[in-house]
Amino acid sequence: MDFPILTTLIFLPAAGAAAVAVVPKTREDIAKVIGIAVAVAEAVLAIFMLVDFKVGEAGFQFVSHQDWIPDFGISWHLGVDGISLFLVLLTAVIFPIAMAGPKIHGQPKAFLGWMLLLEAGCIGTFLAMDLFLFFLMFELTLVPMYFLISGWGYANRVYAALKFFIFTLAGSAFLLVGILAVVFLTSSGGHLSFDLIDVARRTSQLTQTEQRLIFMGFIIAFAVKTPLFPLHTWLPDAHTEAPTAGSVILAAVLLKLGTYGILRFGVFLFPKAAVDLGPILLTAAVIGMTYGAIVAAMQKDLKRLIAYSSVAHLGFIVLGIFAFTSQGISGGVLQMVNHGLSTGALFLLVGMIYERRHTRQISELHGLQKSVPIMAAVFLVVMMSSVGLPGLNGFVGEFLVLLGTFITHRWWAVVGSTGVILAAVYLLWAYQRVFHGVPEGENAKMLDMTLREKAMMAPLLLGIVFLGVYPKPVLDRIQPSVDHLIAHVQHADPSLHLPTKGVGPVVAVGRDDNVDGGSTASVTSGSANAAPAPVPAGGTP
Amino acid sequence: MTWFLTNAWLIPLIPALSFVVILLFGKRLPNKGSEVGVIAVSASFVLAIGTAIAWIQRATSGEEHLRPAANNDLFLWFKFGPSETHFGIHIDGLAVMLLFVVTFIALMVHIFSLEYLRGDRRYTYYFAALSLFTASMLTMVSASNSLQLLLGWEGMGVCSFMLIGHWWEDKANSDAALKAFLTTRTGDIGLLIGLTMTFFLAGQTFDIEKINQAALAGHMPHTLLLVAGIALMGAVVGKSAQFPLHTWLPDAMAGPTPVSALIHAATMVVAGVYLVARFYGVFSQAFHIFTPGNSGFNLVAIIGGVTIIIAALLAFVQHDIKKVLAYSTVSQLGYMVMALGVGAWTAAIFHLFTHAFFKADLFLGAGSVSHSGSHHSFDMKKDMGGLRKQMPVTFVTFVIGSAALAGIFPLAGFWSKDEILVGAGHNGYVAFMVIGLIGAMMTAGYMTRCVWLTFFGEYRGHGHPHESPRQITGPLIILTFMAVVAGWVNGFGLHYFQKWTANPVVESAMRLGRVTEAPFSWAAAALSVTLVLIAIAFAWAYYEYHAFGFLHGLTERNATAKAGYTFVEQKYYLDHLWTDVVVGSIKRPIAAGAYWVNQHVIDGAVNGTAAGSRVVAEFVYRYIDQDLVDGAVNGTAFSAEEGGSILRRMQTGRVQQYAAAFFGFGVVIIGIGLLALTHSF
Repeated sequence: MDFPILTTLIFLPAAGAAAVAVVPKTREDIAKVIGIAVAVAEAVLAIFMLVDFKVGEAGFQFVSHQDWIPDFGISWHLGVDGISLFLVLLTAVIFPIAMAGPKIHGQPKAFLGWMLLLEAGCIGTFLAMDLFLFFLMFELTLVPMYFLISGWGYANRVYAALKFFIFTLAGSAFLLVGILAVVFLTSSGGHLSFDLIDVARRTSQLTQTEQRLIFMGFIIAFAVKTPLFPLHTWLPDAHTEAPTAGSVILAAVLLKLGTYGILRFGVFLFPKAAVDLGPILLTAAVIGMTYGAIVAAMQKDLKRLIAYSSVAHLGFIVLGIFAFTSQGISGGVLQMVNHGLSTGALFLLVGMIYERRHTRQISELHGLQKSVPIMAAVFLVVMMSSVGLPGLNGFVGEFLVLLGTFITHRWWAVVGSTGVILAAVYLLWAYQRVFHGVPEGENAKMLDMTLREKAMMAPLLLGIVFLGVYPKPVLDRIQPSVDHLIAHVQHADPSLHLPTKGVGPVVAVGRDDNVDGGSTASVTSGSANAAPAPVPAGGTP
Repeated sequence: MTWFLTNAWLIPLIPALSFVVILLFGKRLPNKGSEVGVIAVSASFVLAIGTAIAWIQRATSGEEHLRPAANNDLFLWFKFGPSETHFGIHIDGLAVMLLFVVTFIALMVHIFSLEYLRGDRRYTYYFAALSLFTASMLTMVSASNSLQLLLGWEGMGVCSFMLIGHWWEDKANSDAALKAFLTTRTGDIGLLIGLTMTFFLAGQTFDIEKINQAALAGHMPHTLLLVAGIALMGAVVGKSAQFPLHTWLPDAMAGPTPVSALIHAATMVVAGVYLVARFYGVFSQAFHIFTPGNSGFNLVAIIGGVTIIIAALLAFVQHDIKKVLAYSTVSQLGYMVMALGVGAWTAAIFHLFTHAFFKADLFLGAGSVSHSGSHHSFDMKKDMGGLRKQMPVTFVTFVIGSAALAGIFPLAGFWSKDEILVGAGHNGYVAFMVIGLIGAMMTAGYMTRCVWLTFFGEYRGHGHPHESPRQITGPLIILTFMAVVAGWVNGFGLHYFQKWTANPVVESAMRLGRVTEAPFSWAAAALSVTLVLIAIAFAWAYYEYHAFGFLHGLTERNATAKAGYTFVEQKYYLDHLWTDVVVGSIKRPIAAGAYWVNQHVIDGAVNGTAAGSRVVAEFVYRYIDQDLVDGAVNGTAFSAEEGGSILRRMQTGRVQQYAAAFFGFGVVIIGIGLLALTHSF
């Protein structure tokens, strides 16, 4: 039997959390070593997975499938494909940085324990191929994040933590009802199945109204997490009050649970409903993009500014997803990774500023480029990545999203490209106010980045430049799975993607009757190498 | 020699590497990294000359010259569906010409900067940014696909932000940098849309060659092509500082003077012109450039023509010598854009070629004046005057540069401007030819004013003017030489430049429109030179001899004249429109309004739900649970003290609020869930 790499990826940080928890309180140094060693080991493991990942295959790889609660059709079912691959990698890489980098105010032991548990939950969410398991993991991320914000955050942390908790939990209630509804409604002969592939194959039996309602339930849960306008107001509070590490993880990983959920569980399970209701979500996305950018322009707190920029950026990802084109969704997936890198890095930088100046108010910071030139340069690069400058990662994703949206929803794309420009307004304006000018007092005495901080930023900068200059290896891995998903959507709604007048041929995504084949094949045989077994799609088994 | 053509990708690569090297090791080098920059640009310059020679050999060796020497496949950048985007270079006459001009001007600017910025607080950083800027421009002009072009285009945007705001301690410089970046970026909305549209119109390709061919083949619906053309024109207006987005360019003079010479005279602002020239298949078809009778909407020519006059007027009212030159640049860019609009493609890029030399010469000359003559001031009225005696080299080079700009025979500017005017007339755009002639007279007028204020009359400054050292006068002399001879490659009816830059795309576009290249005409040349000389004589008489007495002080006596002057002096109030009205409203009322909605309406709804649920929960707890249920069970009265403490806890702790909110949500959800489960709809 192959090494169960995915199961290990989930259990390693969970076990690490347990190990950290049992270390006596007096030996916090040991807890630190264990915690960070586990996080680094996890990253190494994830890199191994990346190396072993087979390029050009659309289906799930490294699949692990065990019965868990057979009476209810619940199984321990994990798999990774092009859509989740880089999200898992991003999670595994960003956690050790967030854990080792910023200073922890308060008990490091409990902090590291919660972080590792959070990591297990996030990775589990990205890998789960069982609706029950997914829900479990999705909820598992809530508790550690709640404690991280309320325990290690800033002044108004309790309010923010609760707001975060309740908001997401309320959303999750919709998800739970949605999951139960779809599982019960698709059960055949009293036989329940929570398995993603099984459910996906049966959802076409549901009536249109059922599909739409359950899809909306899913989407509300994910829209809160993403967050999609107008469900975003928990985010600025949570970001502002969370400790630096918490903000980094929140921005880089937790928000992606929402957009990932939309793709994997919303669109994949209810392709028809997703196409039908797409325009609503596209509109919300476009509003969120412009609205987030405009509101960001007026923030006085750096963290709040970046938080609102996240609202704008995540809107862009949703725009790409509901364009239902190869470019749009691939760009969206890539943009999830990009946003993780650049916004994670921005929060780390703001954390560094806060550590030194004990303020995040833009008006109190001035002329920092003089006192901390290296930090200013790093900030500039990261900011340009966020602005979408060609040559850095943000551009590739954004441009693909624009291309992809343009094919099917021209006007949304036009408004979207305005959003690209607005990002330059609020970020450069903030940069000007914080970094330009002659520093005085505390600002003049600020110290530049330490070696440890540089080491922490290095992998992120490397990712930002590499993805911008040579995105091919990443796109090569993402695209087959995305095309597969689109073929699946197209199968459910053949009216999709007729070439719109005048806009040349659209991407040919082979019209394949066996659309579920790729994913199913690897599932049934439990191995990524198996030849695709023809499985009737959409019909009753 | 073909080695140079196939390896031309080295030309942008070397300065790009130089950027990295200066950034990493610059501070530790004996000359603080400047030597790396100079060596890198020199190497690129040598390669560019080699490429130019190789290209000329190829272009004159027969029919083969029609095919660009492309190396489209350096490596596969990314692949998407059926479309593969390769990182490649595209070498043809236009690219070779620009590679030569850019590396040449960049080299001059590097050498000039060695002395001009000596002892600057960010000397190393400056040279790093200069290298990156050069690399970006070179990447753009040699790009084989539109994404690569965009890479260079935006790269220059960032570098201009860094270089214009080089002395960012001063708020004005920092503002100018921001303005430059954001204004050009506004135009880039058009670029993103335009490139997206051309990508699909040409059947999913970023390859510029294929896009042009597709546009010329006539398969594209004209409406879409026109929209794409207008969108791309937006980018041109932003980057090449055309009316009405030209306002950023004069402010951008806040950067160090060599940067002005590099970015804002010879290279970056011509990016827009280059874009039109490169996508000429798209532009000529979208705006029916070669069939003027077909459509009254030739946006390219109109924008160019309006810009010529608008900017030339502004140049008359400036006190700052660099701003005169900046508006003159805007006006000259208007010539290039107009030339492209009227189908005088060769004339347009020829003017780009000659303008680069004399404008760099003038900018560096202004830098020399401020460096050694006016004590770091650029104010002609306050700190200059009479400098011809103390700064003879600067004086002579500046005057020759001005004459070249004004279009005096046989200097560089004469030949290119003449070709534009003749081309406009030849292709049936007589109105634009007249605009060009008026513009030429205005150019001669404001440059005469500028030269007079700077070098003639009495010295009005407080410094000790002296001639600049050799690192400064050297580049001036070389550039002046070029300002004299650069026009001869296409002058005297020789048309070498035309042969070397012959472009198959333009040729097929011209064939489609049944238009031929305009022949050289001595009569037209004589007319334009005469008009220019009249303008100079008029201006000279006005300033030196106070002739036309009724005009002096007219603005004080006559209300209409004063209003007109103020209107021009206030830059047609465009700055107020952009900065105060557009940006101001986004920054303040719109953003504030959106944020108010966010905090009070959206978030208010959230907190309101929580508060409302709390009231319900309190009621339920206090009256139903405690009084009714609990009371009934225990039969005991609620202790007032205890109830009070619970209430207090409830009011201070938000846990209860949120639990209640959750409860409320739960009720709704279960309702929906039940509905869903019972198939009742």
